[in-house]
Amino acid sequence: MMELSNIIFLIVFVVFISVFVRNFSRIISNIKLGRDIDRSDRKADRWKNMFRVAMGQSKMTRRPVAGILHIIVYVGFLIINIEMIEIIIDGIFGTHRFLSTILSEGLYTFLIGSFEVLAILVLVACVIFLVRRNLIRINRFWNKEMTSWPRTDANLILIFEILLMSAFLIMNATDAMLVANSADHYTISFSDPVSQYFHFLFNGMENSTLILVERFAWWFHIVGILIFMNYVLISKHLHIFFAFPSTYFANLNNLGQFDNLESVTKEVKLMMDPNSDPFAAAPEGSTPPQSFGAKDVTDLNWVQLLNAYSCTECGRCTDNCPANHTGKLLSPRKILMDTRDRITEYVDNKRKGTEDTKSLLGDYITTEELWACTSCNACTDACPIELDPLSIILDMRRYLVMEQSAAPTELNMMFTNVENNGAPWQFPAADRLNWKDE
Amino acid sequence: MSELKVKTMAEFMAEGKEADILFWVGSAGSFDDRAKKITRSFVEIMNKAGVNFGVLGSEESSSGDAAKRSGNEFLFQMQAMMNIEVMNAYNVKRIVTTCPHSYNTLKNEYKGLGGDYKVQHHTEFIAELLSEGKLKVTGDLSGKKITYHDPCYLGRANNVYEIPRELIKSLGVELAEMKRSKRKSFCCGAGGAQMFKDPEKGQQDININRTEEALALKPDIIATGCPFCNTMMTDGVKSVNEGAAQVKDIAELIAENI
Repeated sequence: MMELSNIIFLIVFVVFISVFVRNFSRIISNIKLGRDIDRSDRKADRWKNMFRVAMGQSKMTRRPVAGILHIIVYVGFLIINIEMIEIIIDGIFGTHRFLSTILSEGLYTFLIGSFEVLAILVLVACVIFLVRRNLIRINRFWNKEMTSWPRTDANLILIFEILLMSAFLIMNATDAMLVANSADHYTISFSDPVSQYFHFLFNGMENSTLILVERFAWWFHIVGILIFMNYVLISKHLHIFFAFPSTYFANLNNLGQFDNLESVTKEVKLMMDPNSDPFAAAPEGSTPPQSFGAKDVTDLNWVQLLNAYSCTECGRCTDNCPANHTGKLLSPRKILMDTRDRITEYVDNKRKGTEDTKSLLGDYITTEELWACTSCNACTDACPIELDPLSIILDMRRYLVMEQSAAPTELNMMFTNVENNGAPWQFPAADRLNWKDE
Repeated sequence: MSELKVKTMAEFMAEGKEADILFWVGSAGSFDDRAKKITRSFVEIMNKAGVNFGVLGSEESSSGDAAKRSGNEFLFQMQAMMNIEVMNAYNVKRIVTTCPHSYNTLKNEYKGLGGDYKVQHHTEFIAELLSEGKLKVTGDLSGKKITYHDPCYLGRANNVYEIPRELIKSLGVELAEMKRSKRKSFCCGAGGAQMFKDPEKGQQDININRTEEALALKPDIIATGCPFCNTMMTDGVKSVNEGAAQVKDIAELIAENI
């Protein structure tokens, strides 16, 4: 028989999940605004990469402190979420600790016990993360692009997680006390290796007060998770979903290999073909060529946009960037953050029908940033989920050079030399062997 | 100065012969005064080992690396296709080069445009000569301290970290590692066509930062495997503490000790 509280739970649950599904699919359609890129090859390698890098966290531990703390939170989050099954079933059907009725006593004991141990570990890890960010003030969390919102975002996530874990432990603590008091409805004993140490907080409380606390913690925990899920969609924390596709669709080639633009290949082949007719009309049904390179987010490919949504702003890329390290404007993390901010703005304007005169290039990312990159791949190597800010930098340089002829003067001179004499310096090709006799 | 035996691919063809391997000299190796010495050292090594190699000479043209990385994909692909046409006409199968930028471009980026070659960096090639017994290290640099600067386009870009180190160690020297080495290596500041322009404004030039790190180890020699890194580190030593250490390519170290 459904009671009022079950009906309320069902409504709350359905509303939050529907909002989540709507907003999540909006993000997916935003990502699909990107140009096409074929990442359907090497499926086995892609799965392997995802298992190793995202599930296996293989790159996180390159920084041992952050890495190990992160693995605790990651494993904790994955496993404690099994508890969600029980909470949802209990919520809808008014059962209490449903899993205990279908699992063997040993297994249920083990599950709840391990949830508790993980919960306290996650809680402690999050406290340490807060201390690292705000008290120790680790450099990469205080770079220029880490303005008030990114910092608040990070702190909110950590506080959320601390509250959720606390609610879980308080729920178990009061539940166990009610079981000991033989209160109605509270008949299922379970292992409480951690929450038993929190009983002192509630000592001397009447059963009715304990029930109030237990119910409050239960509701706080589940509603908190539902809110958190939705919050993640507007937060840097989206990596908890997108780390997986990002590593699956990552560039698996040698880091030094940059893509060859196909549209350019066609034109160059035409230019070099002595039999081609330069005045020939475009064949019927052919699509007009896209612009070369990227000016705005819609010129980027969908993997680059997925990358932008996946970035959790940890700053390892920027921390390793030689340009950033020596005080230049460039920050690879900012490139990804800007891309996400711009796609959000672009889509909002579209939806509202507002005129949009901005673009990623210029309004968000300046040419000074783009020209500071040495293409050294320190950023892509450092990224724990193999995001590729360098490819965005390159695509924007391509736009600057091929659509706007806006390279720095020295580079234009270099281009001219290569065009005229096949070397970046002004030496004739005939002198290429002079070293032999010098 | 020793006489170098160098033949062009055109000369090979005129004699009706084929070279086993093409030595891609690269624009820096052909024209930059410092890099030309590296080119000569590597040829000395190949001469000594009796390698049957050819060069393209005036038929070689920029690999297009700098053009590509500064965004000029047109110019890159023009260069690539011209070079591929020339190399395919000579039926080139194997290439060795002293420049990691050419190495990366020829190895990874030409294959999509019709140029499929086995490409080696000169350190990989020298290591092969040594292991095949075609070359023997006779000199001994023991007592010297060397630190090795990983070129980005050899290391991170193509995962070649150990072979250059093994060559250095084969000279009996003490190899001192910088804290930022191998995959964590710090760029010299020349990649991505930075070599050809002034750096953006900042607190410090990248090559100074890297040179300071290298010199802190008090090495006798800073070794590297890239003509651009060589220029940047040489300039760096000049401005940080002139004469504090020599900057040398691994090819030079080997050539002096065989």
